[in-house]
Amino acid sequence: MDRMPAWADAVLVPLISLLLAAILSALVILAIGESPVEAFRLMVEGALMRSAGWGYTLYYATNFIFTGLAVAVAFHARLFNIGGEGQAMLGALGVALVCLYIPWPHWSLALLAASASAALFGALWALIPAYLQATRGSHIVITTIMFNFIAAALLNYLLVNVMKPAGMMEPATATFPQAVHLPTFQDMFSTAATPLFRGSPANVTFFVALLACLFVWALIWRTRLGYEIRAQGHSETAARYAGIRPVRIVVIAMLISGALAGLMGINSTMGEAERLILNSTEGAGFIGIAVALMGRNHPLGVLLAAILFGFLYQGGAELALWTNIPRELIVVIQALVILFTGALDNMVRMPLERAFLAARRRRTRRAEPAE
Amino acid sequence: MTDTAPAIELRGISKAFGPVQANKDISLAVQPGTIHGIIGENGAGKSTLMSILYGFYKADAGEVFIRGKKTEIPDSQAAIAAGIGMVFQHFKLVPNFTVLENVILGVEEGGLLKPSLAKARRALTDLAREYELNVDPDAVVETLSVGHQQRVEILKALYRQADILILDEPTGVLTPAEADHLFRILAGLKREGKTIVLITHKLREIMEITDTVSVMRQGEMTATVPTSETSPEHLAELMVGRKVLLRVDKTPARPAQTVLEIEKLRVTDQHGVERLKGIDLAVRAGEIVGIAGVAGNGQSELLEVLGGTREATGRVRINGEEMALTGRHADGRTRRGQGIAHVPEDRQRAGLVMPFAAWENAVFGYHRDPAYNRGVLMDNEAIRRDADNKIDRFDIRPANCRLSARSFSGGNQQKIVLAREIDRNPDLLLVGQPTRGVDIGAIEFIHQEIVRLRDAGKAILLVSVELDEIFSLADRIVVMFDGRVMGERDPAQTDERELGLLMAGIEGEPDKPEWQAIDEQWERVEAEEEAARHG
Repeated sequence: MDRMPAWADAVLVPLISLLLAAILSALVILAIGESPVEAFRLMVEGALMRSAGWGYTLYYATNFIFTGLAVAVAFHARLFNIGGEGQAMLGALGVALVCLYIPWPHWSLALLAASASAALFGALWALIPAYLQATRGSHIVITTIMFNFIAAALLNYLLVNVMKPAGMMEPATATFPQAVHLPTFQDMFSTAATPLFRGSPANVTFFVALLACLFVWALIWRTRLGYEIRAQGHSETAARYAGIRPVRIVVIAMLISGALAGLMGINSTMGEAERLILNSTEGAGFIGIAVALMGRNHPLGVLLAAILFGFLYQGGAELALWTNIPRELIVVIQALVILFTGALDNMVRMPLERAFLAARRRRTRRAEPAE
Repeated sequence: MTDTAPAIELRGISKAFGPVQANKDISLAVQPGTIHGIIGENGAGKSTLMSILYGFYKADAGEVFIRGKKTEIPDSQAAIAAGIGMVFQHFKLVPNFTVLENVILGVEEGGLLKPSLAKARRALTDLAREYELNVDPDAVVETLSVGHQQRVEILKALYRQADILILDEPTGVLTPAEADHLFRILAGLKREGKTIVLITHKLREIMEITDTVSVMRQGEMTATVPTSETSPEHLAELMVGRKVLLRVDKTPARPAQTVLEIEKLRVTDQHGVERLKGIDLAVRAGEIVGIAGVAGNGQSELLEVLGGTREATGRVRINGEEMALTGRHADGRTRRGQGIAHVPEDRQRAGLVMPFAAWENAVFGYHRDPAYNRGVLMDNEAIRRDADNKIDRFDIRPANCRLSARSFSGGNQQKIVLAREIDRNPDLLLVGQPTRGVDIGAIEFIHQEIVRLRDAGKAILLVSVELDEIFSLADRIVVMFDGRVMGERDPAQTDERELGLLMAGIEGEPDKPEWQAIDEQWERVEAEEEAARHG
């Protein structure tokens, strides 16, 4: 309430940032001799105008919700968890183990077990950096980044040397049994008369992601633990004064964060690929940082930002398919959005704050004319 | 009236921060060669006004005249060029540079340091002789006492040819004796024709040293009067806008059983420096024990140990029960369970979570109480009802528990903390600097609440660097210096001079000048700390 109204902070700042990113992207597209209007039309059409497009957009969004929530929860304790990527990889490993080695009678049971396993693996992968931060002061940004590399190497080893079926050329596990196939949106919403979401990977995990949003909201703003996490995040001195043990909060917040990142594994591995492949995360762990930044670490914000990034991913794929805009340039556009909404947040916020202040001063001056 | 132009003249200065009008149409004339005091409560706009004069803020309206000449001051460079020097409340020194290096920082001449350093060394020697401003030019700043660091700040300003010196709350961190020395320096500067503006909220200083005093209240200059024609009561009234009780009404204490017993308490900080060197202390029910001392002599550590945020060795009993001083049970949660409430010295960093709403802060530390919880969820409705009650009883303004702690003034923030801690009806209340940064009106209220708790038969341990506060609240005064208890005094049978000497670690050497004894004392302490750090 101090500087500008809450709605401007939550809506106006990201919108203006997006607009700036869009303008710069348009200039880049113009510079290589393509039409930005046409490109934008293609992106919208490919990602949002057809149900299959939505199917892809929401599939990507599901990944980003999990990793975005992971970053958000850690951030409430003032911990910058860069390790979502590695934690998601380990989560995917947990999913694969459950799906491959246990015979499941029905997908719903498998989903429950896979979720638990994914969360557990992700949480354990976050535990070591969390413990080191809490008791030894090793910076969590550094350790989680390093753990991303360790996770990638570990998966590489397991897939090449241990889990790959004999005779297969690709470093991947065998396809999961049919019984653990998760219902896709196509399975759920298509009827014979109106086929919907045809061939798109969005699946029931999206609803798990929505539940996760609800869970995080309740955790942060309704529980005693959330209260302590936020107190610790704002001021460790205050937390200690109140008898909150920083070590406990750091470890628990990172466990929850890691578990959320790990849950992404059910979407990518069980929902889409239906086997564990190398690089199943495709950088979603890092996109989660941008999603959490843009979503102001609030589950609703994370949800909306995740859908936006899902749209960018799917729209970008469409562009690569239908135009001469090279794939690399689409990455540039995505990077511009991250840059403006995440890193350059203050560039928009500060002038806007000044504008609101000036406007308010004019209003008060008019309200009480000089005597 | 003198026929010379005023050293500083402000005409119609206004400055707003958003909806807050920090300065409203302020006019002020400071005569050359005088000491001019500016007094006002926190948030009255004193610092804003001086920041405009020093080029940190741009005024929305108004003009500045220096020595009769209209002057634009867009930045501090321009202020220095106009001969204005500023000594900030928080020093702007590079801690690991020597005094000389700090003095020349920003005014080095040429690419090599040597000639500048030599020039500064000569200048410093002259200044030291002229104004009792003696500081070792080759000492590293972080090894100096606070009083000496302040002298370095003054030297910096003088080296830059300042003839108008602004000091912002200069005595906040000094012992009474160090403050006296500072005042002697200022008097010397005044004799040399320098103009001094002293910003403070301490009435005593104004009365002691200034020639003229201006009073600010809520962004306005309410009066400018010659100091000789006013009184502390009158100034307080001008500051607050109503009559103020400067001393608390209280009956003699009726101490009962011992609540807190401390034996041989020792604390070593993370640098290996011993901060508490064997404290023995007892506090009984129904009395206020006031700990006097210059900031940084172990009082904070004592409160932290008792509040459960710092580990220690020794023995502490609360209501006869042994208190854990290390390990898991040496935490704030356990302490609260033992009936200890704690109003910490730093309410903004420890006592409150500033971005939290008032209602969230109103249960901070007690948030595990079943009354505020339903299973794993917190009962936010119950907490808000509870906060509304506290706001009502402690007259916290604005009376809206949904505002964040940072939207309250210092006094109201302190009332939130106090309401929370007193409301738990503790056996022992720890209070650190209860009125630091709190306006006079709220001080009265806070003091009354503390006395009321004492009269209800509770034990109170008060730490304050304000001697006035110690005198008006404490039933027994304990002086701490360098991690030790220097002595105990009955407030009715001591005075500021005696306490001041104890606070400086001196038990009476009346023939030596005070400041000299203090300097020697400091050197001894520094040598000890240095040895501890390396040993």
